[in-house]
Amino acid sequence: MNIHEYQGKILFKEAGVKVQDGIHCKTVIDALSAYDSLGSKIVAVKSQIHAGGRGKGNLYDPENGDLIMEGGVKIAFSRDEVETYASNIIGRKLITKQTGPEGKIVNNLYIESGCSIAHEYYLALLIDREAKSVLIMASKEGGVDIEEVAENTPEAIHKIWAHPIDGLDIKDAENMADQLGLVDSSKDDLVSMLSSLSRMFVEKDCAMIEINPLVRSESGEMIALDAKVSFDDNASYRHPWMDEMRDHAEEEEVEIRAHEHGLSYVKLEGNIGCLVNGAGLAMASMDVIKLYGGEPANFLDIGGGATRESITTAFGIILEDDNVEGILVNIFGGIIQCDMVARSVIEASNELGLEVPLVVRFSGTNHVEGKAVLDNCDLDVHTASTLSEGAEKIVKLTRGEQ
Amino acid sequence: MSIWIHEESKVLIQGITGKQGTFHGTMMDEYQTNVVGGVTPGKGGQIVELPNKNVPVFNSVSEGLEETNADVSVIYVPAKFAAAAIIEAADAFEQNGGGLIVCITEGIPILDMIRAVARVDAYPNVRLIGPNCPGIITPGENGGCKVGIMPGFIHAKGRIGIVSKSGTLTYEAVAQTMSVDEGQSTCVGIGGDPVNGTGFIDCLAAFEADPQTEAIVMIGEIGGSAEEEAAEWASKNMSKPIVGFVAGSTAPPGKRMGHAGAIISGGKGTAQEKFAAFEAAGIYVARDPSEIGNVLVKALKDAGLR
Repeated sequence: MNIHEYQGKILFKEAGVKVQDGIHCKTVIDALSAYDSLGSKIVAVKSQIHAGGRGKGNLYDPENGDLIMEGGVKIAFSRDEVETYASNIIGRKLITKQTGPEGKIVNNLYIESGCSIAHEYYLALLIDREAKSVLIMASKEGGVDIEEVAENTPEAIHKIWAHPIDGLDIKDAENMADQLGLVDSSKDDLVSMLSSLSRMFVEKDCAMIEINPLVRSESGEMIALDAKVSFDDNASYRHPWMDEMRDHAEEEEVEIRAHEHGLSYVKLEGNIGCLVNGAGLAMASMDVIKLYGGEPANFLDIGGGATRESITTAFGIILEDDNVEGILVNIFGGIIQCDMVARSVIEASNELGLEVPLVVRFSGTNHVEGKAVLDNCDLDVHTASTLSEGAEKIVKLTRGEQ
Repeated sequence: MSIWIHEESKVLIQGITGKQGTFHGTMMDEYQTNVVGGVTPGKGGQIVELPNKNVPVFNSVSEGLEETNADVSVIYVPAKFAAAAIIEAADAFEQNGGGLIVCITEGIPILDMIRAVARVDAYPNVRLIGPNCPGIITPGENGGCKVGIMPGFIHAKGRIGIVSKSGTLTYEAVAQTMSVDEGQSTCVGIGGDPVNGTGFIDCLAAFEADPQTEAIVMIGEIGGSAEEEAAEWASKNMSKPIVGFVAGSTAPPGKRMGHAGAIISGGKGTAQEKFAAFEAAGIYVARDPSEIGNVLVKALKDAGLR
């Protein structure tokens, strides 16, 4: 689960990480009163969306697609500029490198006191799956495109690990400060920030904390000017506050609805809907559709505990997508029984008035019974015995070749 | 032989009185797995009826090991208790000379798994498979040893070792070996979670050392760099042929927050990258899982095994 920068900074403050004063707003009027109460002549006006690259992104009119403003993060030097920037941001569509071409509507704004910057750094904490630990990465080359830095000069990215059992070793933190060229109070600031953040990472079950840029101010303070924080959804049961921080507007409605029915669904751009049990097999089904010249319309894993009800929901979700011109059902029955799936598929097709071709491939538990159920029904359903046969059939059918 | 479990392995079920534990315990027993008991704290002394026999419930894994001398424990407890169950089993096996823990549970918090894996790794004689996996199975002449949730009937005893990150795709790989009249020595689902116990290299090394296994099918998924590392390791250490498939060629890059994930992966993790690593390591690649059988036949023929 992702949260907004302004929420991340509330957590930073609680954890003892230095941030600038700032106020979360939802309207232009709010933004102006935030400016008045912050009492800083220069402020940053920052779009709040669940994606990075906001500064270099552009804002568009969501109705006609016209470019409204370049840059989703602006420095305002006056009250008037705050008004201009805020009205250019609220309700507009922000497209950045990380949002994908569809962009995201900006519903939240953060007005933050300006800061005199001496240098920009990069800092991140995340799970290192190979080392099986929490990795802390930092670089002197913050602010700019850090991915290029990592690719071209990997030695400029410094790494230490803070294992959740042992915590951060202060010597490692001090070494990291040295590598970043920090001295005196700036060094002390970074060491304390690293220990606060690694504690927060574990206490809050974070999946990632990224600060880009982390800045050294003219007075030598280390300040988090950005906050990208995401959490491990599997741990949400022990953090009831996560629900309050969740911004449903940032999540795909249909993906949430799927999740509520135990389904895992991701919409894609193609025309062949897929309904599969298991994430790996679902990905493989998409791959094979593509191999036979088709384009998958979605990823959909019905999970091991699928029921008639959840399969009907899954069919409904697939058919809501107007691009879908055919459906491939691929089930390898383990716990799930193919004949139950067959009856559910027939029921859902009748209920929803299925008008596109349907190919079903069954294997595993009760596949013979499942095929018999399909063979004896009134529905125009094609069956296949292997995944490639099923993929080939559905691709041909959507092209009207069979 | 086979790897890690064999037809006589004695299996404990942690969470045996729960819905999942009872259901899968029944299926394991039907497959002739030697289930010797279960563990549910507070329910020690009860008896669970399985199709072929009744088995005792213990309050703790160490009590269960003392009474049964089990060498495998399979975990079906809910996600919030699963890491503690792994640690309990690891400590108990360490006291008892070692053993295998198979954790089926999905949805365990990552930090819990980091702690649990650290404990398991401290004990050289304790191995963890999973979590979030179908388990491990060694088919025998009549049934076999099934430790997990896979459908037993699709398997047959043979000479192909299978290792996979994915659940149902493992079954697909099994069906592919069967379609070319090959059975399996052992099939291991290692699970796709970011932090888990046994990895690809552990499995490959075990298959290389196992006389029954003559070729291996390895199924990967996008994400992480375990496939790339396994491929490089295999090119130096494996004499037996390997057939590989990676799921996720068409998965979109995905919306993301920040750069950190991309920096740490350093370009690794895509299906293209993994397929390329397989090819560079001399692994026989199947681009379509329905082709695994045919590619396996070619690999066996090239090795003079068919």
